[in-house]
Amino acid sequence: MTEVKSPEVPAPPAAVPSELIEESGRWGRLRRFLPLVALAVALILPYSTLHLPGIFEGALNSPGTLQLLAVCLIFGGLAAGYDLLFGRTGMLSFGHALYFAAGVYGTDILITRVGLPLWQAAPLAIVGGTILAGLLGAVALRTVGIAFAMVTLAFAQVGAILVARDFGGLTGGEEGLPLDVAGLPDGLVGVANTVNLYWLALAYLVVVVLVVHRVSGSPTGRVLAGLRDDERRIGVLGLDPYRFKLVAFTLAGGLAAAGGVVYCLIVGGASPHITGSELTLSLLVMVVLGGPGTRWGPVLGGILYMYLDHRLVSFGTSDAVDALPAFLSRPLSEPLFVLGTIFILAVYFFPGGLASLAPRLSLLRDTLRLGTRRQG
Amino acid sequence: MDAIILLTLTGLGLAALYFLVASGLSLVFGLADVLNFAHGLFLGVGAYATWWAAGNLPGAGPDGLGFVVAVAFGVAAGTLMAVLVELVLIRPLYSRTIEQVLVTVGLSLAGVALLQATWGADARPFPRPAWTREVTSIFGAQVPNGGLLLIVAATLVLGGILAFLRWTRYGLIIRAGVENREMVTALGIDVRKAFTLVFAIGGAAAALAGALGSVYFGTVSPQQGGSLLIFAFIVVVIGGMGSVVGSAYAAVAVGLLQQFVNYYGTSGLGDICVVALLAVVLLLRPQGIAGKAVTA
Repeated sequence: MTEVKSPEVPAPPAAVPSELIEESGRWGRLRRFLPLVALAVALILPYSTLHLPGIFEGALNSPGTLQLLAVCLIFGGLAAGYDLLFGRTGMLSFGHALYFAAGVYGTDILITRVGLPLWQAAPLAIVGGTILAGLLGAVALRTVGIAFAMVTLAFAQVGAILVARDFGGLTGGEEGLPLDVAGLPDGLVGVANTVNLYWLALAYLVVVVLVVHRVSGSPTGRVLAGLRDDERRIGVLGLDPYRFKLVAFTLAGGLAAAGGVVYCLIVGGASPHITGSELTLSLLVMVVLGGPGTRWGPVLGGILYMYLDHRLVSFGTSDAVDALPAFLSRPLSEPLFVLGTIFILAVYFFPGGLASLAPRLSLLRDTLRLGTRRQG
Repeated sequence: MDAIILLTLTGLGLAALYFLVASGLSLVFGLADVLNFAHGLFLGVGAYATWWAAGNLPGAGPDGLGFVVAVAFGVAAGTLMAVLVELVLIRPLYSRTIEQVLVTVGLSLAGVALLQATWGADARPFPRPAWTREVTSIFGAQVPNGGLLLIVAATLVLGGILAFLRWTRYGLIIRAGVENREMVTALGIDVRKAFTLVFAIGGAAAALAGALGSVYFGTVSPQQGGSLLIFAFIVVVIGGMGSVVGSAYAAVAVGLLQQFVNYYGTSGLGDICVVALLAVVLLLRPQGIAGKAVTA
């Protein structure tokens, strides 16, 4: 083994950031507009009364469907924010749920217990979550690699314990804390106004995507990509890896806290399961399924994961699954079993996630079309 | 005085449980660089296999020799599971650390869901010998026998692992591999056989922790492994990755701290003190109590 093994972060495989690749050909030029098309579809969706049986339960603009879509959009944004750490900087944090929970519980406690109006509570929760991320990141980043993963996991566990044990009677313990709607503007209260929450979730996703892309395209983003590929080289160039990592960690924490604020409004309160390590693990699953470090992969992964997580429950109780023998139908009615298995298979067979499928398929298509000519 | 002795012994019982989980994690991480999130699954498999064997396996039962057979079956099941995981899932990804971590994460999600699908999400009463429900009087303190059983088992496992590492050829290879894996490979020794062995040892210890921990708590549930695993991770980091003795020291420190603070302070404060201890150790001595330096 001539290669010197670096003891640092087990980073995802190095890749050229998608921002730096020039798209070519007619398809490439079209692809540039695909996100805009998706955004347009998302914008007209609440005005559609279309029924998609099997995919959604009610019409597209029914409150149930809109709420599911809003949660999916939030997790699309969360996954994109987490990817800023994992896919783009190569930091494996197992404590991202903490900052999300800080946003959710921060908003909830400030509105319900303290009695602040939303326009004061939301910025306070976001700023609080960001400061928390900065402080804890400053300690955790003194370690690297797996130790960093474990320290972030431990910090998040403290958050989970604080919430579950209900210190000072603030969090409502195991039962969670329903949001007091008296502190909210009228437009965000009630089933009829679900569409406004959907707009809010969509706005959050757009903001996160813009921030993440802006940062990755900037000189700071190049340094972050450099940290992922070879941290020592960045150090040799005279840049301080610690500072850049702390910036990325704090920014990602702030984005997660903002997502928590919107999530709190959509779900109408806070429950302790969002503080657990499972949430961080599912963020990791979303990013890897989507494609770490790619432009749209994490967003797609987050949306798809949340959608499957919700819909697989009704799939598991459907007649087709119930008709199967017990040893098949029982595991299939557990969404996490199905998602975990898909995830393991994805790690083996689609290492780049969903985002790598399109280039792979187009390569296959070109190979088929050109017959015997070799593709380089 | 009674309270202090009781807290010390129950704290040591908790430490024994942490050590049984952490020793395998630490060895696996030290040798193969795999952060094994599926370790909690091995624990769950051991607990449920013991539970199943006590009710269904001929010759096994909840009492006396039958209970020993049931625990042995549980440990065998956990070991088999660990070896299968290493051979089928981890080995093809050799030296691709990030994918290995991801696979164990997926396995822990899917495996716990599978346990839940098969036996339900609720905790089930665990069949245990009558004497483990009783207490022994030690210097006036009434100590539950289940905790003492854990301490004895963990001490035996610690002695066994240390003897194995010190006096056998494979133990020598594992120690050398933790120290410098490339050098061992360069000497023409197939380190991957040692990986399988380390997974088997870790799986067996975790399964034993699952079985005896269920005896101690009196119930078995699919989520049991997950909550223990986080504290086992903390123990591994404090003790120094790759060091079994370090894990033992760290487990005792964590178990005692948690038990005493939870008793004299608010419930839950002990868990937070443990994380504070972790932060202090990492700031003062990032490589852990007995570990090799993690940073280059």
